[in-house]
Amino acid sequence: MTEQNPILSVEGLCVGFRTAAGFADTVHDVSFSIGHRKTLCIVGESGSGKSVTCQAILGLLAGNGAQTGGRILFEGHDLGAMSETELEAIRGRGIGMVFQDPLGSLNPVHTVGRLLDEALLLHTQLNRSDRHVRSIELLRLVRIPDPEQRLKAYVHQFSGGMAQRVMIAIALACRPQLLIADEPTTALDVTIQAQILELLNHLKSELGMSLLFITHDLGVVAEMADDVVVMRHGRVVEAGPLTQVFNTPASDYTKSLLDAVARLDTPSPAYRWRDVS
Amino acid sequence: MKPWITTVARWRKKERSLVTAEARFPALVVAALVFMAFIFLVAILADVIAPYDYRAQSLRLRLASPVFLEGDLRHILGTDELGRDVFSRLLYATRFSIVIALAGTLMGATLGTLLGFIAAHYRGTVEEGIMMLADVQASLPFMLIALALIAAFGGSVLLFTAIMGIYGWEVFARLTRGVVLSANGQGYATAMTALGAPPRHIYWRHILPNILSVLIVQFTLNFPQVILLETSLSFLGLGIRPPLTSLGQMLGAGRAYITTAWWVAILPGSLIFLTTMSISIIGDWLRDRFDPTLRNQ
Ligand SMILES: Nc1ncnc2c1ncn2[C@@H]1O[C@H](COP(=O)(O)OP(=O)(O)OP(=O)(O)O)[C@@H](O)[C@H]1O
Ligand SMILES: [Mg+2]
Repeated sequence: MTEQNPILSVEGLCVGFRTAAGFADTVHDVSFSIGHRKTLCIVGESGSGKSVTCQAILGLLAGNGAQTGGRILFEGHDLGAMSETELEAIRGRGIGMVFQDPLGSLNPVHTVGRLLDEALLLHTQLNRSDRHVRSIELLRLVRIPDPEQRLKAYVHQFSGGMAQRVMIAIALACRPQLLIADEPTTALDVTIQAQILELLNHLKSELGMSLLFITHDLGVVAEMADDVVVMRHGRVVEAGPLTQVFNTPASDYTKSLLDAVARLDTPSPAYRWRDVS
Repeated sequence: MKPWITTVARWRKKERSLVTAEARFPALVVAALVFMAFIFLVAILADVIAPYDYRAQSLRLRLASPVFLEGDLRHILGTDELGRDVFSRLLYATRFSIVIALAGTLMGATLGTLLGFIAAHYRGTVEEGIMMLADVQASLPFMLIALALIAAFGGSVLLFTAIMGIYGWEVFARLTRGVVLSANGQGYATAMTALGAPPRHIYWRHILPNILSVLIVQFTLNFPQVILLETSLSFLGLGIRPPLTSLGQMLGAGRAYITTAWWVAILPGSLIFLTTMSISIIGDWLRDRFDPTLRNQ
C-alpha cells in the first residue's frame, strides 16, 4: 500500500458533524493511498463513512460537517491548505467524481449536450465547435449509441444505466488523473452494473487514470480492486492488496464479510439435507 | 373503408384536438391573455391612439356624456370635470399604471431574489439579518410604510416607483431562500461543485433555471397587488398626481361625480378590475402548468 509516489494519500483523516444531538465524530483516523493507474476499493456496510470520506477529499462536506484532523495530499499537495479557487481547479480536472444516483446528479433543465459543454467550458480553452466535437467523442467513449442525437436529449429521457454513462462522460470531460466513483452501480440492475464496471475498467486503462471505488459489494471488489480498504463505524479495520485481504484477512469483521459471500456460493444446508435423505 | 367511417374518424380526431387545446388553454385563460395583450398594446401605443392631449381642458364641455349615453362623437367616452377627454386619459393612465407596476414588481422581484440567494449562500448572521428584515416588512401593513416614506420624502414619481419596488421583495426573498436551500441539497448542485464550478456559476446557470418557474408565478401574483397599491395611493392623492394621471388617480378624482357622471370613475375602475383579474388568472394557470405534479393530467 505504501507507494513511493501515490497520486492521492489520505493521512489520519477525521471528520465530524454538528447535529441536533451534539457533535458526532463520523470518520476516525482513516489513512490510505492510491498509486498511479491503480484501483483502490473502499468497502464497508451502510453508514460506515465511505461517502463522507470521499466528500472530505473533494471538500464537499455538508455545511454542518468539517474535517477535524489529518491531511489529504493530491500529487503531494495538501488539499486542506488550498484556497477555494485552487480547489475548483483540482475538482473536475485533477479529480473527477461519479455519484450513486445518476438521475439526481444531472440537472434536469439542461440537455446532456449543454452539461458536457459546461464541463469542458470550466476547465478548457476550447471554442464552441471544438467543445461540440469533444462532447460527441466523450459520449462515444462511454459507448452511448447515436451521440449526435443524444446530445440534444434531457436526462429524464435516459435510462439509469445510460444516465450513469453520461455522468461518467462528464466526469471524464477534463481528463482527471483520479476518478472517485461512489457506489456508481448501486442504483442499477445487475447486467447494467456489469457493463458499467467493465466500462470503468476499460476507461481506466485507456486513459491511464487511478480509481477510488466505493462499494459495499465484495464481488465488485474482487473484480475491480488492486488494493482494498475495509471500513466499519468510521474506522479502517483492514487494508492491503486484494489478494492479501481476500486470502488472509486479519480482522474478524473482514472474515465475517467474506464468509457471508462464500455461503451464498455453496448450496444451502436444507438442500443438502434433502440430497442425503 | 366506408366513407362515413372516415368522416366519423375525422370528426373524432377534431374533437380530440379541441379537447386537448381546451385543456391546455382554457377559454378563461385565453380571454385573460388576449385582454392583457390588448392592455400592453394600449400602454405602448397610447400617444398614437389618443385623439386628444390627456391634459387638454375644455371648460365649456365639462362632464360631457359618452357616445353610448347619447353624447356626441368628439368625445367617445365623454369628458371629466375639467372637460378633458376620458378616452385619451384612460390610454395614458393605463400606460402610467402598467409602467409603474411593472417597474415596481421587477425591482421587488430582483431585489428579493438577490437577497434570497445571498441569505441561502452565506447562511449564519447574514441570513438571519435578511430574514429579520423580511419578517419586519411582512408584519407591518405596507400602506403604512408607503405613507411614512411619502410623508418623509415627498411625492416624486421616482420615489413612488421605488416604493412600489420595495413592496413584495420579502415574498421573493423567502421563496428564493427556501428553493435555493433545497436546490443546494440536490445532487446536481453537489455534482457541479465536484466538477469545479464556482458557486456563482452554479447559482446562475443551474439553480436559477430550476427555480425560474416558481419566480415567474410569484411575479404574476405580485403584479396585480402592486397595481392595486399604486391605485390605492393615487386614489388617496399620494401617488401619481395631476397633471400626470394613472388609473387610481382618475378613479379618485372621479368619485365626486359618481352620481352625475359615473363614467369618469367607473371606466378606470373597471380597467383596474379587469387587469388585475386577468393577471391573476394567468398566474394561476402558469402555476398549474409549471407544477410537475399537475402536468400531463
Ligand atoms: N450531513 C450530515 N450530518 C450528520 N451526519 C451525517 C451527515 N452526513 C453523513 N452523516 C453520518 O455519517 C455516517 C456515515 O455516512 P456515509 O454516507 O459516509 O455512509 P456510507 O458508508 O457512504 O453508507 P452507504 O453505503 O449507505 O452510502 C452516517 O452515520 C451518517 O448518519
Ligand atoms: Mg454512501
